[in-house]
Order: sequence, then C-alpha cells, then structure tokens
Amino acid sequence: MIRFEQVSVTYQDAPGPVLRDVDLTVGEGELVLVVGRTGSGKSTLLGAVNGLVPHFTGGTLAGRVLVDGRDTRTHKPRDLADVVGVVGQDPLAGFVTDTVEEELAYGMEQLAVPPAVMRKRVEETLDLLGIADLRDRPLHELSGGQQQRVAIGSVLTAQPGVLVLDEPTSALDPTAAEEVLAAVTRLVHDLGVTVLLAEHRLERVVQYADTVVEVRADGTVRSGPPAAVLATAAVAPPVVELARLAGWDPPPLSVRDARRVAGPLRERMGDGPPPPPARSVARAPGATRLQARGVTVRYGDAVAVRQVDLDLPGGQVTALMGRNGSGKSSLLWALQGSGPRHGGTVSVEGRDPAAVGAAEARSLVGLVPQTPADLLYLDTVADECEQADREATGTAPVKAREVLDRLAPGIDDRLHPRDLSEGQRLALVLAVQLSAGPSVVLLDEPTRGLDYPAKRALVDILDLLAGDGRAVVVATHDVEFAAAAADRVVVMAVGDVVADGPTTEVVTASPAFAPQLAKVLAPLQYLTLDQVASVLEGER
Amino acid sequence: MTTAAQEQRPGRVRGRLPRTLHPIAWWLWAIGLATAVSRTTNPLLLALALAVLAVVVSSRRSEAPWARAFKYYLGMALVVIAIRVVFRSVFGGDVGIGGMHVLVRLPRVPLPAWAAGVQLGGPVTLEGTMAAVYDGLRLGTLLCCLGAANALANPKRALRVLPGALYELGVAVVVSLSVAPQLVESVQRVRRARKLRGGPTRGRHALRGVAIPVLEDAFERSLRLAAAMDSRGYGRVGGASPRSRRGTAALLLAGMLGLCAGAYGLLDGSAPGLFGLPALAAGAVLCGLGLALGGRRVRRTQYRPDPWRLPEWGVVVCGAVPAVVFLAAFGAGVAALDPSAAPLRWPALPAVPALAVLLAGLAAVIAPPPVRSRRPAAPAPVEGVRDVGRVRATDVAA
Repeated sequence: MIRFEQVSVTYQDAPGPVLRDVDLTVGEGELVLVVGRTGSGKSTLLGAVNGLVPHFTGGTLAGRVLVDGRDTRTHKPRDLADVVGVVGQDPLAGFVTDTVEEELAYGMEQLAVPPAVMRKRVEETLDLLGIADLRDRPLHELSGGQQQRVAIGSVLTAQPGVLVLDEPTSALDPTAAEEVLAAVTRLVHDLGVTVLLAEHRLERVVQYADTVVEVRADGTVRSGPPAAVLATAAVAPPVVELARLAGWDPPPLSVRDARRVAGPLRERMGDGPPPPPARSVARAPGATRLQARGVTVRYGDAVAVRQVDLDLPGGQVTALMGRNGSGKSSLLWALQGSGPRHGGTVSVEGRDPAAVGAAEARSLVGLVPQTPADLLYLDTVADECEQADREATGTAPVKAREVLDRLAPGIDDRLHPRDLSEGQRLALVLAVQLSAGPSVVLLDEPTRGLDYPAKRALVDILDLLAGDGRAVVVATHDVEFAAAAADRVVVMAVGDVVADGPTTEVVTASPAFAPQLAKVLAPLQYLTLDQVASVLEGER
Repeated sequence: MTTAAQEQRPGRVRGRLPRTLHPIAWWLWAIGLATAVSRTTNPLLLALALAVLAVVVSSRRSEAPWARAFKYYLGMALVVIAIRVVFRSVFGGDVGIGGMHVLVRLPRVPLPAWAAGVQLGGPVTLEGTMAAVYDGLRLGTLLCCLGAANALANPKRALRVLPGALYELGVAVVVSLSVAPQLVESVQRVRRARKLRGGPTRGRHALRGVAIPVLEDAFERSLRLAAAMDSRGYGRVGGASPRSRRGTAALLLAGMLGLCAGAYGLLDGSAPGLFGLPALAAGAVLCGLGLALGGRRVRRTQYRPDPWRLPEWGVVVCGAVPAVVFLAAFGAGVAALDPSAAPLRWPALPAVPALAVLLAGLAAVIAPPPVRSRRPAAPAPVEGVRDVGRVRATDVAA
C-alpha cells in the first residue's frame, strides 16, 4: 500500500537530513505505530505519505514514495485526497465548515462525489464513529474527543485506503483518547484501513499495533514487530521498561500480558512496603505556602470550581487530576489571582494574590499556562531572559538565565524561542516565571507534547523546585507522570475535590487511575520503575 | 396545524415535513419588505412591518446560533431611533418643521456665519421629535429586515449558492468567519498570559507582547488549515487555461460595465434610451456568461443542496408584493405613506399598503417549519421551549 524507497528528507538550513535512507513497506490493513523522540522526524515521515512533505512544507525529498501506486513526486496532496486521509493533533485547526454533517461532506464535495453517494457515506460514517447524535451540532461546541472523531470521519468519507494520524490524542484526556483510539482500531479491524499512527503515550496503543516503526535521532528508521522494536527503542511504554528491568524477553506489550508473566517478579519483590521513589533532590514537606478556603469560580450558571479548600505545603509536588472541564485550570488561575474568583479566600505569605497587583501576584504565585508559548514574544532566548529580569519586581528576584541553566542546561542564547523543543520552551517559561521568586508554582498541563525522556527531565525539574522549598501544583491527565512526579494527588470532578491524598493511595485505589506498573504489580503498591529497580538491586 | 401549502396542494401532502427554506428565498423576501419599508415613514405601517418580521422570525427560525441574532437587531433599531432623536434635538432639526409644542429649551450655542442653516441647541418641539422618531423607526425597521434575513437563513449556506466561478470567494468568507472568533479567543488567552508575566495588558507597551504571540498563533493556524484543506482535495481541479481565464475576466468586466450603464440610465431620466433596460439586460447576460465560463472548470458537487420548490416561490412573492405596492403608492403620491408631523395628528393607516405588509407575514405559513432536533437543546433550553409555544399561538391565530 505504501512504499518508501531510499527516502531522505532535508529541510532548508538544516544541518542534516531529518529522514535518512528510509526503506519501508506497509501492507494493506496494517496498523503501523510510528515512535521516536520529539523532533526525530515522525511528522516528516507521516507527512511524506500524502505529499505534504515536501509539496507543502518545503525541503528536499530524495528517493521515492509510492502510495497505492501513485508517486508523491507527481501527485500533490490534493491529488492523493482519495487515497490518504490525514488527521492532525488539533482537530479544530483543520475544520473548514461549521457543523458536523457539512464537515463530513466537505472532502467529498471537493472530490465531486455524486450527491446521492455523499448522503449515504455521511450516514455510514456517522454510525461508524458513533457520532450520529452530533450530526447538526456546531463543531466548536463539541468536546475534544468528539472533535477528533469528527476529524477522522471527515477524511474517512472520501474512503481513503490509508489513514495517517499524527498524535491524534495528545490534546485529549484519557477517556477521550480511549474513544478516539477505539474508533481507530475499529476502522482497522472492520474496514481494513491501513493506519499510520504517531503517538507519544505508547501505553495506550502499542497493544493494537501490527508493526512499530522507530525513527531514530539520526533519521534512520527501524521497523518490525512491536515487541522486537520496542525492546531496544529509545522510547518505550512503562511495561516494556519493566520488562527490560526484569529481563522478560520478548517484552509484553499490554498490562494483561505483563501480569501473566509478572508472578515470579511479584514474589521476588516480597510483601514489604515499597521504598519511596528516588528523587534527584530530596523533598521535605515544610510550612504551608498557600492556603485556600472556599474558592469558587463560576461562568454564568455553570460552577467551574465549587468551594474548594486547599493547603499547599512547601517542598511538595501536588498533581491535580480530573477529566477535561472538571475545573482544574479554573482553580489554578483562581489561585494565581489573575483568573476570576467568585468566592473564598486565598492567602500566600499573608497576602491575597488577587488583591495585589499582577506584578506582586507573580512574585507570590507563578503560573505556567497550558500554552506556554503565549508568554514569549521576543526573538531570542537571551532577550526573553533579560526582559524577565526587568519584569521581576518581587522581594527575591533571581536571574532568569541562571534558573534556566539549572532547569535545562545548555540552551543556546541566540535561539528563537519557537525553535526550542517543547520541553526546552517549557523550561524557558518556567525560568521566566521563577525569576520573580514565587514560593508557589502552578503548571497547567505541562506534559502536553513531551516524550518519555522529556517527561523524566520535567520530573527532575519539579524535584528541584520542591527541593528549594516551593509548593508545586501540576494539573495533568497523565497518570504515569503524576505517579512519577507527585507526592500528593488531588482529583477533581465537576468542580469538586473528590479525592485528596498521598499519590500511592489515590492512584492505586482505582484501576482507571492506576499507572501501568501498579496494574501489573497489584496488589503491591509500586508506582515507578526506580522503586522496582532499587528493590531488585537490594536483593543482589 | 393548518397551513397554506396544505390548502394549495390538497391531498398531496398531509402535514408538511420540516425542512429549511432556501436561504436565497428568505433574503429576497427580506429585501422586498425592506424596499417597501424604505418608502414610508408611517409609524403604523412600520410597526406592522416590525410585527410581521417578529412573527415570521419567531415561527420559522432554526435552533442554530445565528438564529438568535434577531433580538440584537431589534436592540440596534432602538439605538438608531434614540440617536436620530438626540441628533435632531441637539442640531435643531426643528427649524423647517415649525413645531408649536415646545417640550424643552436647550441652551443655544451661537455659531459663526458660515454655519448658516445649522444651529446648536434651541427649542425642542414635540413635532420635531416625532418626525425624528418616524425617521428613526424607518431606518430601524430596515435594519430589522436585514436581521430577519440573517436569523432565518444561514449566511454561510447562502454563500454556497454562489456560482462555481465565485466558489473561492465563498470559501474565503467562510474561513474568515470561523477565524474571527478564534482570533478573539487567542487575544484573550495571550492577554491573560501577559498578566501572568506581570506585564501591561493594555496600551502601546502591551501591543508587542500581545500582538506577536497572537499573530504567530494565527499564522500557524492558517498554515495548518491550508495543509488540511490541501490534503482533503481542495483546489483539485484548477485546470483553467490562461485563455479561458482571460475570457472569463473580459466577459465579467464588460457585463459589469453594462450593469452600471443600465442602472445609470434607469435612475437618470435624461440619459439616452439605449442606457436604460437594454444596457442592463446586456450586462446581465454578459455577467452570466462569464460566470458560466468560469464555473465550467470547477468540478465539485454539493452535499444536500437546498431545493427550490413551491414554498420558495411563495415566500419570494410574499416579499415582492409589498415592494411593488409601496413603490406604486409612492409613485402615485399617496400621502398616508409619509404622514406630516406638523401639525401632529394620529396617522392614517392606508388600507392597501397595510394589507400588502400583512401579506408578507404569510411567509410564516407558506415556509415549511424549521427542523428541530429531538435532543434537548443544551445551551438555550428555556428560550427554545418558549419559542415553540409562541409558534403554536401564532399559527393558530393565522
């Protein structure tokens, strides 16, 4: 169905090719999972399938890409629209019309499909993706998972043989992501669509994949059966990491498979309480930094946060979890003082961040919003750091560049903030916010777009912040990340706090919330690999 | 519910099926009524027209977001009337009216000699104010005609009827319509973020901090949209030869010239006879040919095209009748269309124009009922329910 023959892609002004001598054959009806570190060329590989690379993105493509016998050199993306359907990360950015039904029909209108056929296909697609009851809803009113399913549907109506999905779930909460992935696997199994899928959180998809293609840092690729490729890949889901540690070969890919081989390991670990997670900087809970009582946020009739009480001690990392729209962001913004707050009190160092000015508020509480790039507007990293130093008016300002070097050493001063990787940009924004010297740091969904190594780096950064005695709150969907980073988990649902306690207790209490490792090793309460590693080392 | 169509086609349709009326039909209807309204300042006729608009909108609008727009137009009409009255009072429009009943005397500001004919302040008379109200009411009603068309017909769907040659124009409008709210959202988000950094959110200094992230955001978004449209087959059949493109342009240009000349000839009675209708007709034909030639290269189909059936014709006629009647009455100099405010007396209601306006209201019965989804409308359940009730009441009354 798809054939890459000696494909190399080089972008202008790039030191080397993003993809190097790629030979790849994808058969019909295969589900191919593309893995690799951020910036490794996954998107380039996917874009080359329908000719967006190089027709749309620029750059030079050497070699040949054949899709269903059509060469992308002579076929532009629009000429491949009936063969390849492409769905991106942000469904809303790709919508052309404004209601579900019209969006589904748009591609077919372009392909001049007869009206009678269009009508039929729209109905079939609505059913196939389970969105029939949304048919005349405006697209922007839908939830993220629904939007992504509509986006998939809108390319499916053209009946392409190949579906290319570039991180379709990265902006979704776990339930919505499940919805989308379930729809995708159904397409593979029922319709025999060939699917190329790039995904960061491998633990969600790897068990469905027929083939895994790893794009390595040097641009070469390696493909093969999932277990074989992942056993040595630079990125791997937690079960595979556990398998590497425990010496299981081939590595199991799902929790179910792992549990079936984990019996001996569980016995080896014994009944003793798991050791505390290893920290790069020791944490010690200190005095309360932030005290919130009865915080309420409402938008019209909808109550986003309902009378939440929260104490944040210094030296502790708290994960704030809950599905999209459960009030996490509203709570963070209300605590910082720049978001609306319709009731309750917040006190940091005896002051209310909402009552003092914006400049003073940020010296009390620093917030990194969901799209950190919103804070950046200058041309180089150095300029941003200098500007941050000028803006810092707090009692204990620190040089932003020094903070940045502590958080993520070795970022070139002359780089444009847009050219940084997601993780580096996050570190830069964090440095900007920390330069005001806040004792409370709030991060809203920082793990978006981060791969496993970048997430580990973020955990180390949080260790640093907590080690300095700051109170840290991370709003996140990512159970694995919360398990690795947080001492305490607060779960919100429709504006209420429904659970609040030590990470181990909260995340192992329910199977939905548990990280993969906890599911494999249950009833033992292990959350992270280094806990397992330290026990196994202690044995030797 | 008894409906006109049922009576028109007995036995063929038992109870009409809800569907959306062709958007162009609604627009023509509204333009017809607007033409009629523009010829009168009679408050009774105008109030009647407003009532007709309100009845039709409330009974035949859909549940879509744009359908809730009518009330904003009503608000705007009130503002127009208020502005008209204030201006008239302050700038002394009363001079020519010769009103007797002085309501209030504003302090008079002496103006230099070159501003003769304009006065600031002075007495405000009841007659002058009423004249301003009539005039404002006419403007406001015109606005409401526009609002009714917007509420009844999806503006984006109306664009889809554009001929193939103008398809790109339609797409550009649709995309910009959807980008505008995203831009607003983006600005709000970035301004909130600026606050997080302690920077100013207003003024010249804030401009760079807000504008650059917003522009970068918008730029990236449009690139992604372009990529998405490209990979979904947009512009797949752009195989127009330069010759046919030039031909299209020449035909359209000549057609436009013809239309202009024709309009000029019709409006100016002293123009040579050739300029009038013949030029207009020739221009229209040339434009049509140009559009057809341009549209030939576009191969595209339309999903669920709106049909043009009997109710569409009916609605258009309902709008056209008042336009014709008012234009004729205006030509014949029917005094009741433009009642005098001085001396002030209760305006007469001319029978034929009033009937014509009422006829426009028949559109509420002739048009098929709008499609209502079975799901409980989440955002505005109360309003929706209330509207259904109102529809029933008016239908029974009709």
